[in-house]
Amino acid sequence: WAPLSSSPHTNSTTIMAVEFDGGVVIGADSRTTTGAYIANRVTDKLTPIHDRIFCCRSGSAADTQAIADAVSYQLGFHSIELDEPPLVQTAANLFKQMCYRYREELMAGIIVAGWDKRRGGQVYTVPMGGMLVRQPVSVGGSGSSYIYGFIDSKYKSGMTKEECLRFTADALALAMERDGSSGGVVRLAAITESGLERSVILGNQLPTFFSA
Amino acid sequence: MLGESSIQPEWLSEEVKTGTTIIAIGYEGGVVLGSDSRVSAGASVVNRVMNKLSPLHDKIYCALSGSAADAQTIAEIVNYQLDVHSIEVGEDPLVRSAATLVKNISYKYKEELSAHLIVAGWDRRAGGQVYVTLDGLLSMQPFAVGGSGSSYIYGFVDAEYRKGMTKKESQEFVVNALTLAMGRDGSSGGVAYLVTIDQEGAVERCIPGNELPTFFDQ
Repeated sequence: WAPLSSSPHTNSTTIMAVEFDGGVVIGADSRTTTGAYIANRVTDKLTPIHDRIFCCRSGSAADTQAIADAVSYQLGFHSIELDEPPLVQTAANLFKQMCYRYREELMAGIIVAGWDKRRGGQVYTVPMGGMLVRQPVSVGGSGSSYIYGFIDSKYKSGMTKEECLRFTADALALAMERDGSSGGVVRLAAITESGLERSVILGNQLPTFFSA
Repeated sequence: MLGESSIQPEWLSEEVKTGTTIIAIGYEGGVVLGSDSRVSAGASVVNRVMNKLSPLHDKIYCALSGSAADAQTIAEIVNYQLDVHSIEVGEDPLVRSAATLVKNISYKYKEELSAHLIVAGWDRRAGGQVYVTLDGLLSMQPFAVGGSGSSYIYGFVDAEYRKGMTKKESQEFVVNALTLAMGRDGSSGGVAYLVTIDQEGAVERCIPGNELPTFFDQ
């Protein structure tokens, strides 16, 4: 009988990112599991890579932490060489290069999102396998399957920051309700030219929907 | 010659599944059932216009998903059993009776079969009802989704469902849900079939792909 099983820690998860005019909104649940045990119920899966660039991590907790650390280092170095804040596309490409080269060994699904001066708010998704594509809205993790329909029906371009925050919180709450591997609290962040605003929505304050 | 693959195409040896999205919802006075129309064998679509909403009786239908052969056979057997039962009792059968017959087969042969049927209809005693018979359980629900495409619309149906929708709102709900699922699930597609059942009877409708609603990425 081993509740602290020997399974690897995974962030089977729901993560999401949305572009708006002037920045991005990113969000994630907070559950990390080893087998059926919830190793961390208040995980922070939104990881800073640079001042205005974040990544949302899903898959193996160890793999994604290691990749994020490596890319933060590479990006920091690159930014000093350039003497300029780095581009979101650069960060995304660094993730892609690492995830593609080591695709057989890694289990990592990452969404890179942030703001830069050249292209404003951008969301890039680097799913398992190591492809890279920019999308106005992107979801990932095991819980994402359940909310594709919701996102397809509710997303419209030209939303404000507040609308994006609301949309992300709703989508994550719906996924957490259906996916056993997602749960806990909803962590949100809004990244714009002026900076970063982080917030947390606790379990009892989550939006509620109908459940059959 | 060594290493040459068989002369027959691959799909002839693949199991035929109704990949599928199926949905049923009860409203005041009746039910609406909906399904897509794709039947796949591996990566091939062997029927792009199959109607997966099968009548069990005049005002009771079931929606098929899983293995096409298993689902069709269960529906045919229950159709026969319901005919006998309704003659014996001398009146229209209850939806719960139909669902129980489906459940009995699904449960008894659960190791051999791989099909999930949603049973929905109208009867005089309890009006419109929707029953789920997955894996041999029997559960009445306000609405139900099933099939491979259903995973993608759980969030949508949880967010959009409200109690007390009208017939028209329920039909729109079903069409939107099917369209969204067909947009994301490779095993669902084609046209949307709808059946609306109330006290008057059952009305079938087919909505071709180009008349389905479109969403932001189209």
